[in-house]
Amino acid sequence: MSLKSNLHNLKEKYKGTKMAPAFNAIHTFLYLPNEVTHNGTHIKAADDLKRTMNIVIMALIPCLFFGMFNAGYQHYAAIDAAKGITTEFSVLGSFITWDNFWIGIIKVLPLVVVSYGVGLLVEFIFAVIKGHEVEEGYLVTGMLVPLIVPIDTPLWMLSVAVVFGVVIGKEVFGGTGMNILNPALTIRAFLFFAYPTWMSGDKVWVYDAVNRVGTPDAISGETILGSYAQNQEIVYSNWDIFFGFIPGSVGETSTFLILLGAAFLIFTKIGSWRIILSTFIGAAVMGIIFNQIVALDIITDSSKFYGLMNTNWSQHLMIGGLAFGAVFMATDPVTGSQTNKGKWIYGFLIGFISIMIRVFNPAYPEGVFLAILLMNVFAPTIDHYVVQGNVKKRLKRLKAKTA
Amino acid sequence: MGLLSKKDAKLITDPLTDNNPITIQVLGICSALAITAELKASIVMSVSVLFVLGLGNVVISLMRNIIPSKIRIIVQLIVVATLVIIVDLVLKAFAYELSKTLSVFVGLIITNCIIMGRFEAFALGNGPWKSFLDGVGNSLGYAVILIIVGFFRELLGSGTLLGIQVLGDPIEKTGLYAFGYENNGFMLLSPMALIVVGLIIWVQRSRNQALIEEN
Repeated sequence: MSLKSNLHNLKEKYKGTKMAPAFNAIHTFLYLPNEVTHNGTHIKAADDLKRTMNIVIMALIPCLFFGMFNAGYQHYAAIDAAKGITTEFSVLGSFITWDNFWIGIIKVLPLVVVSYGVGLLVEFIFAVIKGHEVEEGYLVTGMLVPLIVPIDTPLWMLSVAVVFGVVIGKEVFGGTGMNILNPALTIRAFLFFAYPTWMSGDKVWVYDAVNRVGTPDAISGETILGSYAQNQEIVYSNWDIFFGFIPGSVGETSTFLILLGAAFLIFTKIGSWRIILSTFIGAAVMGIIFNQIVALDIITDSSKFYGLMNTNWSQHLMIGGLAFGAVFMATDPVTGSQTNKGKWIYGFLIGFISIMIRVFNPAYPEGVFLAILLMNVFAPTIDHYVVQGNVKKRLKRLKAKTA
Repeated sequence: MGLLSKKDAKLITDPLTDNNPITIQVLGICSALAITAELKASIVMSVSVLFVLGLGNVVISLMRNIIPSKIRIIVQLIVVATLVIIVDLVLKAFAYELSKTLSVFVGLIITNCIIMGRFEAFALGNGPWKSFLDGVGNSLGYAVILIIVGFFRELLGSGTLLGIQVLGDPIEKTGLYAFGYENNGFMLLSPMALIVVGLIIWVQRSRNQALIEEN
């Protein structure tokens, strides 16, 4: 007997018991259950929730690996910078090395493991209590979470945040598909408000920088947004920024790989190109407005907003989490807008508000996650008015026809 | 309870559990969110509301037959305002630091929905003794929630209880902090109070299914 039929027999045997949902989750993760629909529609597509989730995870894998290498690269680069050594950068020579990868393994992998372990545990507990099947919703969230936190986030903080995000952000609303807010961003927001010292500043973005504070080996790595917010010059070229060889949250630095992921998601029709494109347009518009304000000398370099307002709008699209948020967070089909027109409005406002918060937030020069959470709340309202608008238009047409 | 008849005892115990003013009637939320970041403030607030509501209920109940119904809200407001001012002045005289933390919220007891709610719903139609019990019961129900929320918010948010560091010193890194524990700053913000109240409501309703509304 094969493993598959063994699992199936076990499933029959434990049907109706408390542990059944937890067991079924493992079963359906490995195989397609041999169940047959007995009534209703018999037409089924292969792209069920699990496939959808897996495709998003595949799109995230390059970002994860890049993040692992970048973790080591930023660590060694910061040490060199502290010693005053300037090393010539080459992709194979100083980026894709075992040393870098090793730091990725010891720092990034635990984040992934903890995120999945804790999150799935919560999902299993809720499935057993409520007596439904384990939902796949956490698969993508569990991968997104480690990519949007700073590398030195303590693991216990991450666990607390994941429990909070999954329970308050998702389960209280009724589980996967019922949530108003994106769970991954709820987790990020919780971390940000609960432990702000671990989420901003110039020490948390580079591995080991926190431990070295006050020692002769002290290192630091300010994100580009951080430097701009303090009206400092940045040392990175536009290509560095585009390809992602910069400090930042684990997996969101490489705009290039995120765009590759976006192409993959659009090609497989998982992600909405309308949302992605309109988010970038919204951010660009806001960036251009700020650039014009600076160009007209309304804001001069004595203002504390000058640094970020003067940032070229095209650079605004590449730095911070904007690309990552636009491609992987805003496109969440559960929390985003559903109508085509609504998607344009929703995405545009995300980009627009992101840059606005980024410039005006004094404590923390990044606003993408706040903007997406805000628009998550408004997405149903946008949809409502789009649908009503359509109804009104059709009524008018009907009237014109019958009159 | 030998002192109270069964019916009277219910006036006190009901608001503590199945008819709690905060978790079931969802009244008085504003102060529950605003001042529960410290346990001490929660306790003082509870005592103040106990005083105002217990006494106010008696006063309104005594006057219930002579208050013209057209102006009863004004009369009620005057009674609450008088009592609140007494509380405010006592706090300023004997606990000045605390009255600064509570700041405007002592004055805002006047607008606490629980108080007007009990005046309207109970004291206007019942005798003084019953009204007193009802006032005490409802303010105790309010106090229970305030103290639970205040306990968790102060413990997790500042690592202290009543101002005493129970988890160790965050600056010297002793106790729990030696293991890398950190205070949760989110707990000190008002949204977290709302979430904690929500969790209490969740626990209460899953223990007593009869409380869940049909929809």
